[in-house]
Amino acid sequence: MSLNIIVLAKQVPDTRNVGKDAMKEDGTINRAALPAIFNPEDLNALEQALQLKDANPGSTVTVLTMGLPRAAEIVREAMYRGADGGIVLTDRPFGGADTLATSYSLAQAVKKFGNYDIILGGRQAIDGDTAQVGPQIAEKLGIPQVTYAEEILDLSDGHVTVKRRLEHGVEVVKAPLPCVVTVNGTAAECRPRNAQRVMKYKYAASPSEKANLPEDKQALLEARPFLNIKEWNAAFVEADPAQIGLPGSPTKVKAVENVVFTAKENLVLNDDDTAIENLIKDLIANHTIG
Amino acid sequence: MTDKNNLIVYCEFDEGKVADVSLELLTKGRALADRLGVKLEALVIGDNLKGIEEQIFPYGADVVYKVEDKRLFPYTSNPHASVLINLFKEIKPQICLMGATCIGRDLGPRVSSCLHSGLTADCTALEIGDHKDAKTGKEYTDLLFQIRPAFGGNIVATIVNPECRPQMATVREGVMKKEVRDPNYKGEVIDLDPNKYVKDDDFIVEIIDRHIEKSKINIKNSPIIVAGGYGMGSKEGFDMLYKLADTLGAEVGASRAAVDAGFAEHERQIGQTGVTVRPKLYIACGISGQIQHIAGMQESSIIISINNDPNAPINTIADYVINGNVEDVVPKLIKYYKKNSK
Repeated sequence: MSLNIIVLAKQVPDTRNVGKDAMKEDGTINRAALPAIFNPEDLNALEQALQLKDANPGSTVTVLTMGLPRAAEIVREAMYRGADGGIVLTDRPFGGADTLATSYSLAQAVKKFGNYDIILGGRQAIDGDTAQVGPQIAEKLGIPQVTYAEEILDLSDGHVTVKRRLEHGVEVVKAPLPCVVTVNGTAAECRPRNAQRVMKYKYAASPSEKANLPEDKQALLEARPFLNIKEWNAAFVEADPAQIGLPGSPTKVKAVENVVFTAKENLVLNDDDTAIENLIKDLIANHTIG
Repeated sequence: MTDKNNLIVYCEFDEGKVADVSLELLTKGRALADRLGVKLEALVIGDNLKGIEEQIFPYGADVVYKVEDKRLFPYTSNPHASVLINLFKEIKPQICLMGATCIGRDLGPRVSSCLHSGLTADCTALEIGDHKDAKTGKEYTDLLFQIRPAFGGNIVATIVNPECRPQMATVREGVMKKEVRDPNYKGEVIDLDPNKYVKDDDFIVEIIDRHIEKSKINIKNSPIIVAGGYGMGSKEGFDMLYKLADTLGAEVGASRAAVDAGFAEHERQIGQTGVTVRPKLYIACGISGQIQHIAGMQESSIIISINNDPNAPINTIADYVINGNVEDVVPKLIKYYKKNSK
């Protein structure tokens, strides 16, 4: 059985090194100013999708991402690893969206895409850590959701069987297709880039990128349709302007503060035996230990 | 006009026991409800709910809604979401709190999407306050301030939902404190007819197998924690921390970096994306002290930091800083504890 698989992915700022200048005045993120990476758990989701494709020849894996035009970078990355193509949902009015406006926009794109059997995505993105977009898209599409997936055990007869990794154990559930499955970081790691695929897809580009390419590369894209990464805007997915971006977001950022911890006066010790024995004696004397 | 609608807490339970995170939220919910002058309500959905309210009332719940059906346990997304959606349309709570657990983080988004109400995940503080919209100038009184770290813990954002109700928030276990309001507190029990809230079609996801084990690791309630960071170097490097923990009767914790590197199990992770702890003594070994880690342990009574970098950020919040290599210091701690304790 060949499947139409959608993988939801997000290009995220690398949250390991960011400062306050990374935030705009309205409290939303200034993504343009930060190094951007493929959200780690979306790669785990991509791997599950590629395994389904391996097991079901003739299947297609399409990456759907919402963000700045440069998010085409992660679509290309996914193509290097095995995806067939992708869509960048990008438009100025999408900006400043909270999770609800984001899931509405993505759900509109999924509806536009049409025929799909399963939607996979990472459990959560490292810039927000909310884990909300997957279930919200499922609700918007009126289909079931399976969150915290670690492995897809089986897909047959219109159902998918999934092992979920929960706080204190595992659960195996069976859900009818189509459905949304969000994948944990504990799932199998994504396969690396494939050298042949890198050669094949290295000139893949979205319309925005194509416009900046030299003429010979533009001609190449016209000659090879599979190199064209789609770019969809709000009008194309028939999004209601009142439900996208900042106006479509019920949550508003009231304030943003840098985190400052109050420093304590502390006692600095060396690692010599006397200092450490005295510390232990003190801790025993004041009943902290012992 | 002030919103006089109530505040509701979705309560999780297993094996007849209400989850700690739900009791923590009831405690917080009680305080917020007092501040707003409204009732605190609790919602329990599942099977075998007889007498479950007795565990909830002491935390100050005025109403406990019970929806009982054997198909409602164990939890699955659609049926529980339907109960919340249909009930909320009826009783219109102004605030809904739930645990940031595998259940709450699965359920909350589905409900918020259907009701078009804002949901803030993993709040670390909840307060009531006034808000003026910067653009429209419209003023709102007594909104729920949902305070949460964002951007990998580098910033703290205050989120409000000015227009949509309920204002929904999830909170991780251990972040709020659990405190009995009054052991004799009594409220009203309202049994709801499940057939009125759930359709047969909602039961579309089938649970085939379920192995839930009580975690053997109990970091949250341990009075002493020995925590290791990326600086421990390896899984083997953590061995000496287990020895020290054994000696002191402590539990071993880890930073996110150490867990990501595979040095320790995920259940041991302390910080914003792990467990929040408040032990009597916290010994940080080779932990530099990223914001997201400090946020999960800064309320420890006494903090000892062992680090060969005298400028490690964690040192600023430590009571004792030991400049040295963990490999040298930890064996000495063990040795002198054994020598001096009876």
